[in-house]
Amino acid sequence: MSAPTSRARAWRGVLTTPLGATAAVLLALVLAVAVLGPVLWTQSADAVDTGNILGAPSGEHWAGTDNLGRDIVARVLVAGRLSILLAFAAIGIAIGVGLLLGSAPFLLGNGRAARLVSAGVNVAVAFPGLLLALFFAVVFGVGATGAVLAIGLAGAPTFARLTQTLVAGLAGREYVAAARVAGVGRLRILVRHVLPNLREPLVVNATIGAGSSLLAFAGLSFLGLGVQSPSYDWGRLLYDGVGSLYVNPAAALAPGLAVLVAGLAFNLFGEAVAKGLGVTELTGPRVRRPATKAAPEPDEQRDHSEGRPSADVVLEVRDLKVSFAGRDGQLRPVRGVSFSVHRGEALGVVGESGSGKSLTALAVTRLLGDDATVEAERLRLLGQDLLAEATPAQRRLLGTSLAMVFQDPMSSFNPTRRIGRQLAEVGTEHQGMTRAEAMARAVDRLDAVRVSDAADRVRQYPHEFSGGMRQRAMIGMGLMGSPSLIVADEPTTALDVTVQQQVLDLLSAIRDADDLALVLISHDVTVVGEVCDRVLVMYAGRIVEDLATADLATAAQHPYTRALVAAVPDMATDVSEPLATIPGRPVGPADTPAGCAYADRCPLADVRCRSEEPPLERTAAGGRVACWHPGGEPDVVLAGPDLRRVER
Amino acid sequence: MSELRFEDVSVRYGRHTAVDAVSLTVPPGTVVGLVGESGSGKSTLARATVGLVEPTSGTITLGGAPLPRRGRRPLQMVFQDPYSSLDPRMSIGSSIAEAMPRDETTATRQGRREEVRRLLELVHLGSTSPDARPGKLSGGQRQRVALARALAGRPDVIIADEITSALDVSIQGAVLNLVRELQQELGLSMLFISHNLAVVRYVASRVAVMRAGRIVEEGTTATVLGQPEHPYTRELLDAVPGRNPR
Repeated sequence: MSAPTSRARAWRGVLTTPLGATAAVLLALVLAVAVLGPVLWTQSADAVDTGNILGAPSGEHWAGTDNLGRDIVARVLVAGRLSILLAFAAIGIAIGVGLLLGSAPFLLGNGRAARLVSAGVNVAVAFPGLLLALFFAVVFGVGATGAVLAIGLAGAPTFARLTQTLVAGLAGREYVAAARVAGVGRLRILVRHVLPNLREPLVVNATIGAGSSLLAFAGLSFLGLGVQSPSYDWGRLLYDGVGSLYVNPAAALAPGLAVLVAGLAFNLFGEAVAKGLGVTELTGPRVRRPATKAAPEPDEQRDHSEGRPSADVVLEVRDLKVSFAGRDGQLRPVRGVSFSVHRGEALGVVGESGSGKSLTALAVTRLLGDDATVEAERLRLLGQDLLAEATPAQRRLLGTSLAMVFQDPMSSFNPTRRIGRQLAEVGTEHQGMTRAEAMARAVDRLDAVRVSDAADRVRQYPHEFSGGMRQRAMIGMGLMGSPSLIVADEPTTALDVTVQQQVLDLLSAIRDADDLALVLISHDVTVVGEVCDRVLVMYAGRIVEDLATADLATAAQHPYTRALVAAVPDMATDVSEPLATIPGRPVGPADTPAGCAYADRCPLADVRCRSEEPPLERTAAGGRVACWHPGGEPDVVLAGPDLRRVER
Repeated sequence: MSELRFEDVSVRYGRHTAVDAVSLTVPPGTVVGLVGESGSGKSTLARATVGLVEPTSGTITLGGAPLPRRGRRPLQMVFQDPYSSLDPRMSIGSSIAEAMPRDETTATRQGRREEVRRLLELVHLGSTSPDARPGKLSGGQRQRVALARALAGRPDVIIADEITSALDVSIQGAVLNLVRELQQELGLSMLFISHNLAVVRYVASRVAVMRAGRIVEEGTTATVLGQPEHPYTRELLDAVPGRNPR
């Protein structure tokens, strides 16, 4: 089962960091003292020596003796168990009550009762914890039981709030909705679907909470509200020791040190756990470096438009590789991609998620983070080497001659600043315009991307724009300079079909009007087909086919391209036949096979396909294809999970 | 099998009317496609049908009787995103078993196990272990598990809300084939919601077009998509990518 092993790995990860290891050792030490302390040292802790009352530290008594001549170090060690048990009891109460209060609103539905509980928790959270503890201590009476209840209840609101927030988040998940639709009761949903998913954050907070409740206990006992004689915990010892601070400071310092070490152990451990578990959840398990190397691409495999004069080349990419450092080696999601884009040309890049199409775009636009390594034989924009150290000149070139359009226009704008300002910034930053000039240009550009009332619209915030308007504004931002290349990464995926059409039309129009080069990345072959002259089909980090858009439907050579085209129903698809499908799933960068990456899903695959990676070679039609059987058996594709053969 | 009927159903959130006096019928054994853009109210209508939101006015009936408010519902829903509609901590077998009604076949552990096997077989996941967690499965496989879970409730009608739009194109086809196959084999009734006209055309025999909370056109798929009467339907049809290739 994957969940337990990955969890075990996460915990192992926690323990192997320096912080985690230190915390674990400290915690083990504290717990060992709690377990063994009373067994080993009770005798010396209780041995009254009237001849040595309030003795100073000596070889025999390292921290001196108390007012009955008992050894203080031994008493501190013995007190460990009670202190820690009390802290655990209190945190147990806090979590129990907190869970109950926190999940009550979910159980009660969205009615008045639920709101009342939430409001109560909110008020309680606002109360200082220690004050609450003092109040409860008075209510429950002075003593250990009272103190446990007091600290436990005082900690409960924090946990209630945490639970409430987490539960509210989880309750919005679709699997909770699915369970409700299935007729599962609220209590059952809570126990089966919600609570198990709050385990990690609760564990983390409980560990840290144990540390704080230990401190709170020491505080209460020190004030004389906690443990009473003849029992003693660290707080009580501190209380006794402070009385003789000027005679023997060690009597107060020793229990103080114990509280410090134990508190530190709990808090550090909680922190380490939080870091360890949190990080693995974010990045997921990393994997080994693929054992194979991509077949080298011979020099002559240029793209088919290379016959055009080189002055027209806007972007030139040769043997581009992108890799990330994984936990157990390197991952290479882009494995040698070569293409060029000319002035006035629209190039589409299609592929499934994980094919490396977006990474290619980000590598070209130098937008990848520091964790990525970008290598290429050549990477040039308008003849300028993009791989060289980023000079101010290069930054200006990227800023003005390249425009990038992202999938989600909401997250690509700063929500707190007006649209006009954000556009104008490009002008003032990269083109040395004054503010007024830049703002005028922003209005002009919004006009150009057909945003109505641009002069008024520049004063609006991103949320006041609709999705399609925002995407236009994003394109307008790219047009603030005089770009030679627009890279659009799934620009219409988040948009409705009618708006999608408008944005695609806009991109086409801009391309035609200004003779720009356009690179359009999409998972949807039909979208690319509407705008582009040429299509690159990517699979597992490589280009598997490069062909003219007009040839997509009829003359594709690679079985993957043909399957992609056939898999998408359009308005002319024969509804009496099952749709063509591609069996299996795409390979990830971690398990790229030795031969052709598509071999496992390909109806044409043979022994050679599984052992040797096909190079990307020129086709008769002027495109490029990486396949040992290009164009083979064009009428047959593998269909369905049951591997039925279906005529296209 | 019985007929799902919406009569004058409205759903309001505060002053915003998400669904505005919708009347629609899903006849037994047919797939009715519901198309429209985001914000047109199609998902709200779906959520009202399965009881996740309360209609402000109007009635939803199944076979003439109002839908039960508590307990097992004769309707099941398949959600858009198979990555969030399955509990990551629960095995797919338990997720499916959870939706089963309690009766003699599902009273025993053995009975439930066999029923889970049968359902997984039905959605072409026969070789997948019921003990697998969703994390082990691809998006398409998860969506098939979600379909199996919906079938486990032995619903009279299934509501499918954009079930292919989160999937890669190579997987989308397999899920659509499965939907058609299940419909033909089991005679399922389905309200199939999608913004993709080509997808709806492929699975649905009737189509309703929704805009701003209202149904603007309804009829057989061939008529609505072949001879659209409402300008909005025509606009939607014109926007389908691939209609005007270069």
